[in-house]
Amino acid sequence: MMKTNVIMLFHSAAVAALLGASTTAPAASRDTISIVGSSTVYPFATVVAERFGRSTDFKSPKIESTGTGGGLKLFCSGVGANTPDVTNASRRIKKSEFDNCLSNGVDNVVEVLVGYDGIAIANSAKASQLTLSLRDVYLALAKDVPGKNGELIANPYSTWKDVNPQLPAVNIEVLGPPPTSGTRDAFVELAMAGGAKSNGDLEALYKLGADQESEIRTVMKKLGVSGAVYDAIAQSKGKAPKGKDVFKALAYAVREDGVYIEAGENDNLIVQKLEANPNAVGIFGYSFLEENGDKVQGSVVDGVAPSFESIASGNYPVSRPLYFYIKGAHVGKIPGIQEYAAEFTSNRAMGEDGYLTERGLIPLEDTERDAVREDIKTLRQLEM
Amino acid sequence: MNSNEDYRTTALIQASLRKRYARERRFRLYGMLAVLAGFVFLFLLLADIIIKGTPAFTQHYIKVTVDFDRDSLGLPQNFTSEDLARADYGAVIKRSLREMFPDVSIRAEKRRLYRLISIGAEYSLRDMVVADPALVGKKRNIWLLAHSEASSYLKGQVAAATEEAERKVKDVQMRWLNALREEGRTELRFNTTFFLAGDSREPELAGIKAALVGSLYTLLVTFCLAFPIGVMAAIYLEEFAPRNRLTDLIEININNLAAVPSIVFGLLGLAVFINFFELPRSAPLVGGIVLALMTLPTIIITSRAAIQAVPPSIHEAALGVGASKLQTILHHVLPVAMPGILTGSIIGMAQALGETAPLLMIGMVAFIMEVPAGVTDPATVLPVQIFLWADSPERGFTEKTSAAIMVLMAFLIMMNAAAVYLRRRFERK
Repeated sequence: MMKTNVIMLFHSAAVAALLGASTTAPAASRDTISIVGSSTVYPFATVVAERFGRSTDFKSPKIESTGTGGGLKLFCSGVGANTPDVTNASRRIKKSEFDNCLSNGVDNVVEVLVGYDGIAIANSAKASQLTLSLRDVYLALAKDVPGKNGELIANPYSTWKDVNPQLPAVNIEVLGPPPTSGTRDAFVELAMAGGAKSNGDLEALYKLGADQESEIRTVMKKLGVSGAVYDAIAQSKGKAPKGKDVFKALAYAVREDGVYIEAGENDNLIVQKLEANPNAVGIFGYSFLEENGDKVQGSVVDGVAPSFESIASGNYPVSRPLYFYIKGAHVGKIPGIQEYAAEFTSNRAMGEDGYLTERGLIPLEDTERDAVREDIKTLRQLEM
Repeated sequence: MNSNEDYRTTALIQASLRKRYARERRFRLYGMLAVLAGFVFLFLLLADIIIKGTPAFTQHYIKVTVDFDRDSLGLPQNFTSEDLARADYGAVIKRSLREMFPDVSIRAEKRRLYRLISIGAEYSLRDMVVADPALVGKKRNIWLLAHSEASSYLKGQVAAATEEAERKVKDVQMRWLNALREEGRTELRFNTTFFLAGDSREPELAGIKAALVGSLYTLLVTFCLAFPIGVMAAIYLEEFAPRNRLTDLIEININNLAAVPSIVFGLLGLAVFINFFELPRSAPLVGGIVLALMTLPTIIITSRAAIQAVPPSIHEAALGVGASKLQTILHHVLPVAMPGILTGSIIGMAQALGETAPLLMIGMVAFIMEVPAGVTDPATVLPVQIFLWADSPERGFTEKTSAAIMVLMAFLIMMNAAAVYLRRRFERK
């Protein structure tokens, strides 16, 4: 009895293993749309996916939150059932990423602009609201800032009061997204770069072209930056860099001395930490500010507080467009891609009273929306 | 002199004895404190999860007099079942709510009124009408699922004392809900959706079933691969393999493999199974294979220990009466070793059940609504579901997160109970 039991157990396990092995043939096609990409677009895309799955005969799409960069990497890895059909992005696709797509045979990419998102610089509702300028943000968070004699020095500021005497004397402690995040890309591009341009030398550098090497080197000398930086950028680019490239290398670097804390892609976690620590400041998408308006408050940036209206009108300085990209080659092969995109851009989703608008997406203007719908209908190919 | 010395020795011993006893008492006290500290932490953790999670197992329904008016539904004169599936049930619910509260006229207030009922009510009305087209044109009292915010107010989770701006449920909504409650139009029911539905972005519609089934499929694949391979490897290494440098090396490597961080197996799964063998992304098949690799060392090590623990007398007696090596192993060694092997395997499986890191790499951390129908369908697993809910901005997911943790723990306790039961059964024989 006992031995037959054991033998039976073995047999059944072995048979099951064989069965498992026999079904390992690669799946040629899918009937579920596969979506990857930005964690900022994820909360909107999942709502659309759910409504789409419930109200149509298509299966609801599968959505992974990989971050904008990670999503575009997967998206551009090739054409076929085991590559994603759609990727969400909280910034526009970069030229280098588009080239990567092309080199992997992903040549028919359709770009869909879905709306705007503000990046909130927020603190606990228990603390007093901060009034910041982009310059304050830059000085508080840049790795190197202009010192007394105009040369760049390692960031010496430890309290907000050091940065700007009108700000409170609390230690600078900022929780923000890691470099893989689209939120971080947009933040450095909009807030840090905006603030850095308040410095005359850096702004002059930003405007110099690729053919003005000697001028670039002069400004760099003024800023106390070694010429080796220029050579390194030239080498990595493979051609003479523009002043803008050097500017990026100098202004986009976030301090690494523990003042800026990378809090992962989990925006909820940042909100929780802000609630526990009234001195800390957090950086995250506007939709999380709206959902947690009772726990955290957005800071006023350059005189404008983050609100639905100020972001939609473009007055709030730290706002960015949200996109998704469709792999044209998969349309017609994987069912429902165009219908999903149509649902995303429909009036009941992103109209004035749409369900995405209710969740904090800042909608497009009517004319923009019509253009986007037309692009989806005709699958207009993105060119860069 | 002799007696004097004796006396001194006794005194010395007695003095040191007291010290030794005191030391022992202290040691025992530390031990008890350690156990107590462990219990306190465990208790706090469990109490927190259970207190937070219990409300998730019930949710409110609101009785609404629904008027299935053909115009509101947007149906043509002679409608087909296809028209019925596409009709505007949201408009019907909105109209019915407005009729119940006729004094609401401001647009913003209307929107607040509509937010009392879950979006899922539209789909349940659709299913009702499609099943029974005769409902069109009639009025019915129907219990509709409440929005998670309304439900959380009715459950008493919203403190009315907090400032209105800081609450999701506004004063006017509280008034409506109180009125409904007084009329007996609200009801607290057991939340079957939580066990029968897949994931959703609406807390009141979100369920654990897709993740539960995903976990089952993943563990099935893991077990079917890891158990036979692990036990065979253990038998071969214990009973057949010669003792030499090579087997020593293999043994050291297996032990090291057991200590490799699980994310590494995820990277391996991505590189080998998805990129090279082109198996589908996000599928329990790949997840199961990856977790099988992760649990293999555990199973091999525990199985070897169990086989080693079989008394040599059994082994030698069997060989002595003329049994072959295979017969000895299958008839005598394995049955005795089975309880140990099973315990080790189930503990390995329990570890696999709680794993998320390797699944991140192979795309199983995703928003998936559909319940998977096989091992190649996109799926997610219980711990991933917990992670995703913890990460959602909607407040209603806080209680769902704790409830999902309770389900996961129930699953784990069941697996451990199975291990205990199987061991008892085999040992009795």
